[in-house]
Amino acid sequence: MTAHQPDLKAEKISGGVATDQRHDSAHKHVNGSAIYIDDMPEPAGTLHGCLGLSTVAHGTIRSIDLSAVRAAPGVVHVLTARDVPGENDISPTGRHDEPVLADGKVEFFGQPIFAVIAETREEARRACRLAKIEYDELPAIVDVADVDPKGAKLVTPPLTLSRGDAAGVIAKAPRRLTGRMRVGGQDHFYLEGHIAMAVPGEDDDVTVYSSTQHPSEVQHMVSHALGVPSHAVTVEIRRMGGGFGGKETQSNQFAAIAAIAAKRLGRAVKIRPDRDDDMTATGKRHDFLIDYEVGFDDDGKIHGVDFSYAARCGFSSDLSGPVTDRALFHCDNAYFYPAVKAVSVPLYTNTVSNTAFRGFGGPQGMVGAERVIDEVAFATGKDPLEIRKINFYGTSDRNVTPYHQTVEDNIIQRIVAELEESSDYARRRRTNDAFNANSRVIKRGLALTPVKFGISFTATHFNQAGALVHVYTDGSVHLNHGGTEMGQGLYVKVAQVVAEEFQIDIDQVKITATTTGKVPNTSATAASSGSDLNGMAAKNAARTIRDRLADFAADKYAVPLDQIEFLPNRVRIGNQQVAFADLVKQAYMARIQLSAAGFYKTPKIHWNRDKGQGHPFYYFAYGAAVSEVSIDTLTGEYMVERTDILHETGRSLNRAIDLGQIEGGFIQGMGWLTTEELVWDEKGRLRTHAPSTYKIPLASDRPKIFNVTLADWPENNEPTIHRSKAVGEPPFMLAISVLHALSDAVASVADHKICPRLDAPATPERVLMAVERLRAEAARK
Amino acid sequence: MAAVKSRNEIRFLLNGEAVALSEVAPDETLLDYLRLRRSLRGSKEGCAEGDCGACTVLVGRLAGGELAYESVNACIRFLASVDGCHVVTIEHLRGEGGKLHPVQQAMVDFHGSQCGFCTPGFVMSLYALWMRNPEPSDEAIEKALQGNLCRCTGYEAIVRAARVISNYGKAAKDPLAVERAAVGKKLAALRDGARVEIGEGKGRLVVPANVDDFAAILETEPKATIVAGSTDVGLWVTKFMREISPAIFIAGLDELRTISERGGVISIGAGVTYTEAFSTLAERIPALGPLFDRIGGDQVRNMGTIGGNIANGSPIGDTPPPFIALGATLTLRKGGERRTIPLEDFFIAYGKQDRRPGEFVEAVDVPVPAEGAHFAVHKITKRRDEDITAVLGAFHLKLAGDGRVSDVHIAYGGMAATPKRVKAVEAALIGKPWTEATVEVAVEAYDEDFTPLTDMRASAEYRMLVAKNLLRRFYLETTGAMAPLQVSRHEAA
Repeated sequence: MTAHQPDLKAEKISGGVATDQRHDSAHKHVNGSAIYIDDMPEPAGTLHGCLGLSTVAHGTIRSIDLSAVRAAPGVVHVLTARDVPGENDISPTGRHDEPVLADGKVEFFGQPIFAVIAETREEARRACRLAKIEYDELPAIVDVADVDPKGAKLVTPPLTLSRGDAAGVIAKAPRRLTGRMRVGGQDHFYLEGHIAMAVPGEDDDVTVYSSTQHPSEVQHMVSHALGVPSHAVTVEIRRMGGGFGGKETQSNQFAAIAAIAAKRLGRAVKIRPDRDDDMTATGKRHDFLIDYEVGFDDDGKIHGVDFSYAARCGFSSDLSGPVTDRALFHCDNAYFYPAVKAVSVPLYTNTVSNTAFRGFGGPQGMVGAERVIDEVAFATGKDPLEIRKINFYGTSDRNVTPYHQTVEDNIIQRIVAELEESSDYARRRRTNDAFNANSRVIKRGLALTPVKFGISFTATHFNQAGALVHVYTDGSVHLNHGGTEMGQGLYVKVAQVVAEEFQIDIDQVKITATTTGKVPNTSATAASSGSDLNGMAAKNAARTIRDRLADFAADKYAVPLDQIEFLPNRVRIGNQQVAFADLVKQAYMARIQLSAAGFYKTPKIHWNRDKGQGHPFYYFAYGAAVSEVSIDTLTGEYMVERTDILHETGRSLNRAIDLGQIEGGFIQGMGWLTTEELVWDEKGRLRTHAPSTYKIPLASDRPKIFNVTLADWPENNEPTIHRSKAVGEPPFMLAISVLHALSDAVASVADHKICPRLDAPATPERVLMAVERLRAEAARK
Repeated sequence: MAAVKSRNEIRFLLNGEAVALSEVAPDETLLDYLRLRRSLRGSKEGCAEGDCGACTVLVGRLAGGELAYESVNACIRFLASVDGCHVVTIEHLRGEGGKLHPVQQAMVDFHGSQCGFCTPGFVMSLYALWMRNPEPSDEAIEKALQGNLCRCTGYEAIVRAARVISNYGKAAKDPLAVERAAVGKKLAALRDGARVEIGEGKGRLVVPANVDDFAAILETEPKATIVAGSTDVGLWVTKFMREISPAIFIAGLDELRTISERGGVISIGAGVTYTEAFSTLAERIPALGPLFDRIGGDQVRNMGTIGGNIANGSPIGDTPPPFIALGATLTLRKGGERRTIPLEDFFIAYGKQDRRPGEFVEAVDVPVPAEGAHFAVHKITKRRDEDITAVLGAFHLKLAGDGRVSDVHIAYGGMAATPKRVKAVEAALIGKPWTEATVEVAVEAYDEDFTPLTDMRASAEYRMLVAKNLLRRFYLETTGAMAPLQVSRHEAA
């Protein structure tokens, strides 16, 4: 590569904000040169680990015989709970309910009990299978439907949201109904599975390369497990091969075990579980059992709602508290409930501990809201879209959420109105009715569903970020921040922000791997907050240096500060222009500090969980989708014929990246609600632990027609980074339109008179069984 | 039989380099070889079972003098099976003047990567597609990508890129096209007609010189593992870590890779892949085209063989039910002796087939349906493409001049411990007028034929209902109903 020569006459820099800058690693992705942890050159003598997993769902370990494991070829060491030098706990919320390695008891099928460290990965895997472990089995709770939520064991305290007298209002409402819905979980199926490589250093030091969304937490967990201060542990990650929430806390275990082994043996240790172990031993999206009661009137206006959201949390709390909280935060979706009560029931189960997954409980909350809308629509005989529209939040009134935050930025009416028009909703509904009347086997369905998603971590203290920016004497810039890159394009967006701030071309900005050694005490890259938080922190760091440069220039060239202007790749100082790199060089010679740390914390937010009141979200992101499907009423097979999306990200930092998030989020959400089915058997064994049995969408599952529009008119009311909005999670929930289109198609077999109550995932089997159920009910009437 | 030459190394081309290896374990995968022994780490392991496609590489092979490149899953392909082939990995792709290759540049320009982990696999699959079809339809693109999972993009950006690759360069000028003749010569030179024998004990592998050699080796080592496409045996190794030694690799045996038709019977060699069988079967027995399009992804279809699909005895193999319904016969060979049996008799019980020690499946003979006969096959899965069958029904019906059923063969997969005919249902149909009323009576007989299981793919209840409904669908199809009877991805050509 030749050195970049900045264009000193350019009217605009290349790669500033609001440009369709490509992913910074795109050219490396396509030629295979992007380095993931398993691709890094291994230090000489690197060993490989494999975890020995429990084969019962619940029990005490009666005996454990690892002699054959130790004797197997290539085995160097075998670790058990007693080899954990520090605390045998990786509970991310400090509840001390999640051991690094099981000690005496196991609480789910697949729980790690021991770790084999061998010369090669294959030897470690082979040896692992030679363990002889006897258990005294205990009764296991596998399925939430088998649990009576009242009096059941919970993994974390439940939340109640309440506004008004829901019970009283429902009782007095003209019409009432109750129902129950099951919503399945979801495996993340990041293409790169979990991996950690620990390299021992001197004294207590260890460096861990971990595929994680949360390097700081990995650092803390490794330091606890080793019993050393955090300063001894450095965690680094350049890129993940996908995260989706699955690497927010779930990386801790692999990192901790690799680090323990590396320190013990004085050699680098890598642990990369195979896909089956990854899917068996790491947490997933929570499945929920949602009970609802709604009071409404003949117009379909909701008077009051009572929700119970019971979740399969698994054996430990992990993030189940905030996940089930967020389910409640989205039990309203975009709808105003005059009176509402919603409770979470975070159930203990003898299954893997469920965790963060894009939307973080929000999608499950919203699916409950949309089911209630469907119920009201069928009860009143109206188009569900009509029910949606009359229950939307208002802009000046009817705008208080169940958690007592006023919705100040509502644009859902305009989004939905524009989409209804552009998608030709009304005409297509009529066309479908005509089609269905003449088609015996194939039935069409159509649905429009909205999304309103709250942006911020609900744990207020996580809403902070740091960045570190260096300007070198040649004018090139080194950028580092606490956010991690998992494919979402965070790195390039933050680089755009920094390029914009300095007014230099983006290829002058070097994006560097996230490491706890450069920016400390970071939050997980999660809650869609990556660019909001890290973009601001990086902007602040760059601004500090830029201000120093401006002060220096004003001083040196004896012009007022307002005569300093950062133009593309150059700086106007009074009447003359100086190349950015030249000014930097001059500043260096004058001993001006050209490095700065930046920091940002989200303003305005607060949350009192005990009261269930506050302002947990800085702002909301909005969107809506219309989906049309065909179903086969003989087999339940279906096809998404068309989806139209209108989504907004405020003033987008990068429309190309945002479109990718919207398209990808929608398809991932569609998978969750359609073909992605997690099946546990009665023994608590996950039977869908590989892509042969767990079916995420393929290219041929995309909507046949897929029109995605990023609204060009919204901007963020709040002073976020360049008035943009978060994009990671909100589009995921646009896929609820597919579930409701399937439901609409099913409803056609009973003349749209019976609510199909189609549960998720709506596999072909569930669709066919719903068709059968509706036909039978219609025949009885 | 004449003695064959033998050598103790495999020889192949890897990207631009000739490779000869005498240290090869029978269970060493091509992916581990690339990543661990050669530090070619652009190909990724995503699942180690041939489903996600992150490990996709191309294997070029001489077939009838022609050099053809096909996408394969390096994770379940055994290294020993690439003897005589040209292996092309992502590291070998290059454009003019050091630029990105057209496939790569299109992917960059259309934002086809996000996390990038699946991307090398997508690039390789699209490369294989573009070389054989530079202007692909969306249907062709989707088919080429059935074996590649992406969790980030939702595929739309990748398909956008795939449509316009030819705007970035000409397939005819691609290095692999330009060098085809030279590479072909090199591969021809590697085919010395020798048997490859490497290792002993738990590390023994054999690549037979020809089919007679194979027959002879299997007679003396009847417990050997026969490895054809390795789309099943590959998982025995990667998932279950089973010993497969001695392993006999037969994918390179040209005599088993022939397909021919005589007297209305298509004879398919046991080593014929799904891809190789596709054009003949889709043309002569059109109902099999859409079925084959939904078996695995391209990578699996390029490796997996019809003989393997039958010989492994799976109750959910996709080719036995339609072949049984068509009255196919199976030729088994031991040494120089052959016997031919009805295909349906091959499947005795779960995990038990009528294959004697030292015997192997040599060919399956499939009669083409007679003029006027109705034949259909329907596969039901959770996900439409690249999914394993929950229920598969194959229907072969002949009607007499008076509209009565004169002959009917119906076979299912996924409903019993073996691929199985529904003899009670057939009995309820035979001689009856082919009417909806007859069908409704016949579906009652399914309960005599089947007691399906519940597993992660489907419940017993759903399986039974769908099995019956597939007969109903078949009936409606034969009546020439105008309304659509199935959901469709692409309108029929």
